[in-house]
Amino acid sequence: MARVEQRRIGMMGDEAVAYAIKQVEPDVVAAYPITPQTIIVERFSDYVADGLVRTEFVAIESEHSALSACVGAAAAGARAFTATASQGLALMWEILYIASSMRLPIVMVIVNRALSAPINIHCDHSDAMGARDSGWIQLFCENCQEAYDTAIQAWRIAEHPDVQLPVMVCLDGFVVSHTLEDIEVLPDEVVKEFVGERPLVRVMGHEGEVPYRLDPTGREPLSMGTFAMYDLYFEYKRQQEEAMRAALKVIEEVGREYGELTGRYYGLIDQYKLEDAEVAIVGLGSSMGTAKDAADELRDEGIRAGVLRIRSFRPFPTETVREALKGVKTVAVMDRALSFGGPAGPLMMDMATVFYGLKEGPTMLNYIYGLGGRDISTDDFKAVAQDALRAAEEGVEGLPVKFVGVRE
Amino acid sequence: MIEIRLHGRGGQGVWTAANLLALAAIREGKYAQGFPFFGPERLGAPVLAFARISDKPIRVHCMIYRPDVVGVLDPTLLSPSVVEGLKKDGILVLNSDKEPSELREILGLEEGMGTIWVLDASRMAIEILGREITNTAIMSAVARATGAVSLSSLEAVIKERFPPNVAEKNLELVRRAYEEVRRE
Amino acid sequence: MSSSLPGWKELPMGGVAFRPSTDIKTGEWRLGFRPVVKEEKCVGCAMCVVLCPDMAMGLGEEGKAQVNYDYCKGCGICARECPYGAIEMVPE
Repeated sequence: MARVEQRRIGMMGDEAVAYAIKQVEPDVVAAYPITPQTIIVERFSDYVADGLVRTEFVAIESEHSALSACVGAAAAGARAFTATASQGLALMWEILYIASSMRLPIVMVIVNRALSAPINIHCDHSDAMGARDSGWIQLFCENCQEAYDTAIQAWRIAEHPDVQLPVMVCLDGFVVSHTLEDIEVLPDEVVKEFVGERPLVRVMGHEGEVPYRLDPTGREPLSMGTFAMYDLYFEYKRQQEEAMRAALKVIEEVGREYGELTGRYYGLIDQYKLEDAEVAIVGLGSSMGTAKDAADELRDEGIRAGVLRIRSFRPFPTETVREALKGVKTVAVMDRALSFGGPAGPLMMDMATVFYGLKEGPTMLNYIYGLGGRDISTDDFKAVAQDALRAAEEGVEGLPVKFVGVRE
Repeated sequence: MIEIRLHGRGGQGVWTAANLLALAAIREGKYAQGFPFFGPERLGAPVLAFARISDKPIRVHCMIYRPDVVGVLDPTLLSPSVVEGLKKDGILVLNSDKEPSELREILGLEEGMGTIWVLDASRMAIEILGREITNTAIMSAVARATGAVSLSSLEAVIKERFPPNVAEKNLELVRRAYEEVRRE
Repeated sequence: MSSSLPGWKELPMGGVAFRPSTDIKTGEWRLGFRPVVKEEKCVGCAMCVVLCPDMAMGLGEEGKAQVNYDYCKGCGICARECPYGAIEMVPE
């Protein structure tokens, strides 16, 4: 595909998502507004009211219902979109599993926000971490541009015949959702062509092979998500795991194709100056941009620092991460969520698994940061990297978990 | 990169001013961010908004702690806290009817620290808008003091973002603010 | 566990019903008694058709109640509810 002409505009992260979804023009959008996702729903309902999209917009009474409506729509063969945050995602919990287990390629934007109590509207990743094992693909974005780009790519990933899983596009509350940045947007027709029509895979139903959708006419009968006990349930779960593994390849393929179109290439991870790094900062989301600036400043001071941003948190790119960190001696793993009582933060547990059983691996330290929107600055990241280096030099035993900027 | 911090009160359009500065910069082909202080917005409470403008892509996603520029929309907010973190060669754009020397004293600014630009934006806004909404005036004065964006870019984004009747009066305000802001 | 069940590679995704439920002859689960229609008493009101929880009751060509013993579990609801006493539960 040839590179296309793009328009450069200023948009907030939420606006950028709404704009991308307008261009994709799904059949159904069912969403309930919640801070800091509200702007997505407001802007999209404007597009509907102004007649700019033909989407069926369902102003619904709760997030549980919003995702349920998307499940129904997607099961009927439609493209369905929703967006939420924090408590809204928590309320969706049981339907999350139904959507992924029924293999419905729904796209949902999560504007990451802390969970109550106490009530807090600001960014951390606790909401998405709570949905970590629900069978959804989870892609974390660094900035408004990536939020726009990923809200387009997500459809191709979700609907790929080898995948057929719902996708969560995660962007940081306020830090991305409410920050106006320059972004490049594609022409409508290019987005439409990129996402195409939702392809319906064919499955063997109880009366022969049919497209994977519920047919109210009964001509192509199909029942989804029926009853399965210990004799079949396990096999269905094994299939979901396989689909997740297939998604690793598809996320890269779609990111490459999108790159050829736009000049912005995406993969499973985002590497910054890791080749010769003595210390790497590993994390998710917008703060990794800040970490890149910190790495540059550290390099000016003679410390070879690098950054590894995990874009695809689920599926977790184990091999890719291992390869990217080859030769890096010290790693600071940044977690913007807690696993209360766990051995470390959620990302750290994955990172420890990446190197488990290998003869050689980096010294790793875990840093919990930014809960409830606590800001993390370039200086904070520099201090983290220096702390990790110092600790590694002195010798690290076990798996140290540290808290950045929390008052004693 | 130039980092701008604006001080005002909830409802005065502080965030809008930061966003308009960012939009004007983007219009000029630059890279920019505009964002609010990540706190609850309450009518009348002191609030902050930030803008970053750069010739290179901006990656940093934290608040601004060492601003190059501080703009104050509301004269009642003038106190030493607004100059916190300001760089030594930083620029201050203040809404006040007072003299720069007096303002230095109020802000606790030492000699040789920062450059003050001052504008009686409240009076000007009341004259033109009939209300004390000073965000566009201070934004314009920041543009003049820093050269970060041109007046014509600001005019263009005002026309783009505001309804015609609101845009017209604000255009008059930004032009006058741009002309009348004085450097100490 | 039955080895005739499909493995995860063959199984259609999404918990799809991959064979008709009618493949399972639930009539084999009947314990002890079966309903028998006394045609002379049956008026074809179809009350039993509506009430049968297993859709095993129908009306025959003559308009009389007819039992599909492949799916009748012998619960006896039809016999109990028939307003004309036209269905009798008899030992198998």
